[in-house]
Amino acid sequence: MALTNRAQKVQTASLSWSEKLYLPAILKGMVITFTHLFKRTPTIKYPEQKREIAPVYRGQHVLKRDEAGAERCTACGLCAVACPAEAITMESAERKKGEEGLYREEKYAKIYEINMLRCIFCGLCEEACPKEAIFLTDRIVPTTFNRGEFIYGKDKLVESKDEPVDVTKRQTPEVLDFKKDKKHYHNRTFLDKITRKKAAH
Amino acid sequence: MDPILLYKIILCVVVFAVSLGIAAYMTWGERKLAAILQDRVGPNRAGPFGLLQPIADGIKMFMKEEMIPGASNRFLFILAPCFFMLTACMTGVVIPWGGGITIDGVTYPMQITDINIGLLYLLGVVSIGVYGIMIGGWASNNKYSLMGALRASSQMISYEVAMGLALIALVMMTGTLSLGEIARQQDEGLAYVVYQPLGFLIFIICAFAETNRAPFDLPESESELVGGYHTEYSSMKLGFFLFAEYINMFISSAVMATLYFGGYNFPFQHELGLEGNTLSIIQTVVLFAKILIFIFIFMWVRWTLPRFRYDQLMNLGWKVLLPLALANIFFTGIGMYLFGKLG
Repeated sequence: MALTNRAQKVQTASLSWSEKLYLPAILKGMVITFTHLFKRTPTIKYPEQKREIAPVYRGQHVLKRDEAGAERCTACGLCAVACPAEAITMESAERKKGEEGLYREEKYAKIYEINMLRCIFCGLCEEACPKEAIFLTDRIVPTTFNRGEFIYGKDKLVESKDEPVDVTKRQTPEVLDFKKDKKHYHNRTFLDKITRKKAAH
Repeated sequence: MDPILLYKIILCVVVFAVSLGIAAYMTWGERKLAAILQDRVGPNRAGPFGLLQPIADGIKMFMKEEMIPGASNRFLFILAPCFFMLTACMTGVVIPWGGGITIDGVTYPMQITDINIGLLYLLGVVSIGVYGIMIGGWASNNKYSLMGALRASSQMISYEVAMGLALIALVMMTGTLSLGEIARQQDEGLAYVVYQPLGFLIFIICAFAETNRAPFDLPESESELVGGYHTEYSSMKLGFFLFAEYINMFISSAVMATLYFGGYNFPFQHELGLEGNTLSIIQTVVLFAKILIFIFIFMWVRWTLPRFRYDQLMNLGWKVLLPLALANIFFTGIGMYLFGKLG
């Protein structure tokens, strides 16, 4: 019994006289290639032409500042834990007196690095962040000539005070609804994990 | 200086420059056409529509490191590309590029030399072309090169037989070997493709094989022989081999247009009421249009058909084209006898 209806009978008949001539087949092939002369190429000529990307596109990350211009990141490490590609690494430091304008919380990220070659742009860091510090944007990570330059430090990630990066495009109604009780959600899952681990032991 | 001699020298230079220029832009055309046939864009970075690409390619070729293998025969290794290029350029001499140009009552023919054995000269020079490849492959002292060269020489020699026999049927009708005379005959009568369709078919297939173009590009077979006879060549010596192939293509297109498609003549050319030089210029333009169509067919076929297997190639040459060419001679003879009796 045939499992699919795609099976084809093997043709063992030798070629007919007209098939042996090959010329009809060649002409047929040439007609096919000729029709391609009039087809539009699907190529997008990149530097001049850019492909339209979705408004919620997940591209190069940005570390946001708050309204006063202080960095929001508190180096809690949740993004690094959430990252499935293990692309994020950070080192925290304590805020000193007089640095209140620079960092929003008492603890801040002294070093914050994302390896753009490891990153899969899934957006889980953004989802994990309790301080709404990290966002993915519709910017595309530019190419460089060596691997080292793909490790983006704070100099490339933190937005400048004068030109804030617009992340409102990714704040769709669904995202805002998700964020409504965000802190609660994260604590719950974190606690769940611990209790489950203990139960297993 | 004798004005005729001066004119011939100028014509030589012009024909040489035009064949080189057209061959250069054929490389661009080939890449562009290949791209379009494969739904790609093709070269478009160097100049508008990539039109400066041949110049960029030329500069690239010159800037490349020159490698001569230590085990090669140095003299022959350098001689081979020169030889191949020379024979490619030599064939343009006998082709009539248009009617005559009249200056001060003297008519200068648009043909460098109308030797009365033009066709024989053409076949002779084409046969010498094999030496360029053979020497190149042999002197490289590399098995891939030697294999490519062996394939190339056996292929070219095999297809030359069928090509020559296809031309014999044509020569039986024309009664002359002079290309200028053949072109003039097609002004009075019909283009010879009408009388010799089979001959033309055999000739165009052999022309593909002679110029080592797909589907007969076994000598190069980049997939199996990594370039065949020019594996060891680099820099402009490689460029010469590749470039000569395009010149060969241009010349064979010109030969096909001249022998079978009326040369520089076009239908109703004498009914237009044009005279002398104006007509000649239009005729030259028409000839180049015909040549460009043939070049297009060369490229079109290359990007349609896959390469032959080696035994298929030899079977086609010896078992199909040769008997067909012989039959063509036979039937041409019968036809000429019958129609000669009637007319």
